[in-house]
Amino acid sequence: MSINFENEPMMDIYIFETTQMLDQLEQAIISSEKQGGFSAENISEIFRFMHTIKGSSAMMLFNTIEKVAHTVEDVFYFIREQKPEQLDYSGISDLVLECVDFIKIEVEKITNKNEPDGDAETLIESLKIFLDGMKAEFGGAEIMDKPKETKAKQYYIPQEKNPAISLSACFHALVFFQDDCMMENIRAYTLVLGLMDMVEEIYFSPADIADNPETAIEIREMGFEVYMKSDVGYEMIKAYFDKCIFADRLSVREVDERALKAFQKELEVAKPAIPQAPLIDLFEDKKSKPASNEVTGKLNSSNGNSANGQAMISVNVDKLDKLMNLVGELVISESMVTQSPEVENIESENFHKASLELHKITEELQDMVMAIRMVSLSNTFMKMNRIVRDMCKKLNKEIVMEFIGEQTEVDKNIIEHISDPLMHVIRNSIDHGIEDENERLAKGKDKVGHIILEAKNMGSDVLIVVKDDGKGLSKEKIIEKAKKNGILEKSAEEMTDREIYKLILLPGFSTNEAITEYSGRGVGMDVVVKNLESIGGVVLVDSEPDLGTTITMKIPLTLAIVEGMNISVGRSRYTIPIATISESFRPQAGDCFRDPDNNEMVMIRGKCYPILRLYEYYKIKNGQTDLLKGILIMVEQDEKRICIFADELLGQQQVVVKSLPHYVTSTKKILGLAGCTLLADGSISLIMDIGGLTGLRIQ
Amino acid sequence: MNNEAVNIFDEEIDQKGQYLTFLLEDEAYGIWIGYVTEIIGILPYMEVPELPDYIRGIINLRGRIIPIMDMRLRFSKTFVDYNERTCIIVTDIEADTVGLIVDSVSEVVTIADDNINDKPMMSTGISNQFVKNIGKVGDEVILLLDCEKVLMHNEFEKTLNEDQYGRKKE
Repeated sequence: MSINFENEPMMDIYIFETTQMLDQLEQAIISSEKQGGFSAENISEIFRFMHTIKGSSAMMLFNTIEKVAHTVEDVFYFIREQKPEQLDYSGISDLVLECVDFIKIEVEKITNKNEPDGDAETLIESLKIFLDGMKAEFGGAEIMDKPKETKAKQYYIPQEKNPAISLSACFHALVFFQDDCMMENIRAYTLVLGLMDMVEEIYFSPADIADNPETAIEIREMGFEVYMKSDVGYEMIKAYFDKCIFADRLSVREVDERALKAFQKELEVAKPAIPQAPLIDLFEDKKSKPASNEVTGKLNSSNGNSANGQAMISVNVDKLDKLMNLVGELVISESMVTQSPEVENIESENFHKASLELHKITEELQDMVMAIRMVSLSNTFMKMNRIVRDMCKKLNKEIVMEFIGEQTEVDKNIIEHISDPLMHVIRNSIDHGIEDENERLAKGKDKVGHIILEAKNMGSDVLIVVKDDGKGLSKEKIIEKAKKNGILEKSAEEMTDREIYKLILLPGFSTNEAITEYSGRGVGMDVVVKNLESIGGVVLVDSEPDLGTTITMKIPLTLAIVEGMNISVGRSRYTIPIATISESFRPQAGDCFRDPDNNEMVMIRGKCYPILRLYEYYKIKNGQTDLLKGILIMVEQDEKRICIFADELLGQQQVVVKSLPHYVTSTKKILGLAGCTLLADGSISLIMDIGGLTGLRIQ
Repeated sequence: MNNEAVNIFDEEIDQKGQYLTFLLEDEAYGIWIGYVTEIIGILPYMEVPELPDYIRGIINLRGRIIPIMDMRLRFSKTFVDYNERTCIIVTDIEADTVGLIVDSVSEVVTIADDNINDKPMMSTGISNQFVKNIGKVGDEVILLLDCEKVLMHNEFEKTLNEDQYGRKKE
C-alpha cells in the first residue's frame, strides 16, 4: 500500500471530495438523529456517500478506508433493504460517526503525505457484530446478492478520425493487472479512455467494462485484451501501456490488420445488438441506468451534487490569493499612473474622465475579489453540532443549540482561525456552564440547556457570540483560583466584574477541579485568546449568576486590507493601522521629560504617556531626533497607549497587507511588525503591529 | 507532448554542470545555475529593522517582496557602496526566494565533474564555510557556493545581552 504521488491531481480531488462527503455524512447522521430516526432518504444518502468513499478509496489503494466504508455500507445496505423497525439509532450513529472520524484522520494523514496507517480492525469488528446482531433480530432472510449480469456485452468504439492516412498499424495488447489492485474494470476503462486520443480504432474485450463490475473478475482471470489501429507507432503505444499503473504483466505487439478485423468480427458476432456504439453512448447509457453498480453510482451522485450546487465552482485558494495580490498591484499601479506629477499636468478633460473611470473599475474589481473570498460561517457553525451532540451523550446533558446569523460572511483566511476557538468556548459552556438536569430543575429552569451561537456584522468587525443559560461564572471561585495560581495582580476588592471575568482568559486558569475529557487541562480560554489575537480579534466575557455566560469574539472582517497612516522615519516608511491611532500632535518643549530610569514621557491634558522613538527602537539612520521637529502619534491597543515618534506623516491610504518574506520571518521574529505593503510609488512600507509595541514596557 | 518532456529533461542535464560566476572583491564565485531565476541591477530597498546586517532589507520585484542579502557582509568582507555594476542575483533556494547582492556578474560557465575538487579540509574562516567545492575553468579558480549554508541562520551570532527594551541585542 504505497501512495503514488505521481497521481497528485487525482489525489487532490480524492482528498477534497472525501472530506466534503464526510462532512455531509456527518450532517446527515446528526440531523436524522435529531428527527429520531433515519428516513429512507437519509439512509440512501448515507449509503451513497459510503459507497462513493469506498469506491474512490479503493481506486487510490487506501485499503483500510475502503474496508471501513465497505462495512458501513453493508450495514446501511441491510437497513435500506430490510427496513427494520425499532433500530438502535443512537448506537448506529455512534458507530458511523466513529468511522467518519477514523476516515477523517486517515485522510488527514494522506493530506500530509503520510501513510494512512490507522488500524481499523476493532472498528470493523464492532460494525460486523452490530450488523450480525441486527440480522439475527430482524432479517430472517439473507439479503440476496445483487443480481449478476452474466451476459457479456461487447461493443467497440470507432474513432471518427480521417481514415485517409493509411500509415497506421494495428496493435494488440494484453494487460493483466496486479492481483490486489481491485476494480480492474475501472482501471481498464481509464486505460481505454487514455488511448482514445492516440488511436483511430479500438476494440477491447470484455467490452462492457464501464458499467458491469462483474467484468473485473473476467479481467482478473483472462486479462484485458485490446486491439487498436493507430498511427502513433509502436513506441508510443508501448510507452503508454508501460506507464499504466497497476499493470502487472502486459504484452504489446504489432499485428496484421486482418487480426484486428477478425477480432472486430468476433465482437460483432458476440453482440450484434449494439453495433458501433459511439463513445457518447457509453456515458448516456450509464446515466439512464439505475444506481446499481460502481461507476453508475458515482456518476449519479456527482450529477446530483451539481444539480443542487447552485452552479457553484470550487476554486483553489492559492489562485484566489494570487488574484487578490494581482488586483492589489493593479490598484497600486493605477494610482502610480494617475497620480504621477507629469500626468496631473495634462489638461485634457477626456483624460481625466477616463482616469476616473479606471479608478472606479479598479475599485469595484477589488471589492469583488474581496467578496469572492468571503465565506459564510454556516459550515463552521454546523461543525459545532457534532461537538454538542457528542458531549451531551458523554455528560448526560440535554442541550439545544440555536444559530442566529450563520450566513454572516467573513474572509476565508479568518474562517480557518475561528473553528478551534469556537469549539473551545462551546465545550466550556457545555462542560462548566450548563448544569445537570436535576440542578436545572431545582433552580426552576427548563431542563434542556440552551446555547445560542450568533454572528453579526459590526462595522469592519464580525461579532461571534456564544451565549448559554447555565450557572454563570462564580466571581468568588475565579478570585480564589487566581490567588492560588498567583495570577491575581490587584486586590480582589478593587476589581470590577469585567476584570474578574477577564481572569479566566489568562494562561493556566481552569476552574473545573475534575479534569474531564473535554476541558480542564488548564489550557482553555488562553488558547482561544491566543488564536484570536493572531487574526487581530479580541474576547469579551460577560456573565450573570444563574442566568448564563456570554462570550463575545470580535474578529476583523478581513486581514487583507488595512486602512493605514503612512509615516516616515529617515529613509524608511512605516504604516500604522488607522484604527489604533487616537491622535497625532507636535509636543511643546515643556511637556516632554524623562524619569530617573530614563524612560521618556509626554504630558498631554494632565496625563502621561510613554514615548517610543522609532528611529532609536529600530536603529534607523538619519531619523529626526528632535522631538519638537518631528511628530508624535498616540496609538492605543488593549487599553494601553503609547506615543510613537516619527519624522512626519505622509498621509492616509488603504493598503493591501502582504506578509514579510518567509526568509525574514524565519530569521527573526521582529516585534512590532505585522507585514509590509507597497505604496503608490512602488516603494515598500512596513506595517506596524501596535499590539506588539504597546505591550513592550508598560506593566 | 512527448517532445516537450524530452526537452525539459535535456535542460536539466545541461544545467547540471553550469554555474553563474560573480565577483566579490578579487575572488570569483560560482552559483549553480539551477538556483538562479534572474539577475537585476540594484533596486531601491527598504531596510527591515532587527535583522543581521547582511540582510540589507526587502525589495519590490514586480509586486513580489523579496529579501536581499549583501554577500560581502555575509562573508565578513568590507562593505562597499553599491554602483552601476552591482547586481542582485535572484535565487530560489529551497522554499525561499532571496536576492544576493554581488559586486558584478561575469558569465555562465560549464565545469565538468572532474574539474571540481573538494575544498582542503584545513581551511577555516567564515567565508570558507559557505564554499562547497572548488571548480577550475582553465587557469581560473572558482569557489562554488553552498547555497543552503549561505541562507542558514547561524545561531551563535546572537548574543544574550538585552537592550533597554528587553530585546536581545544583535
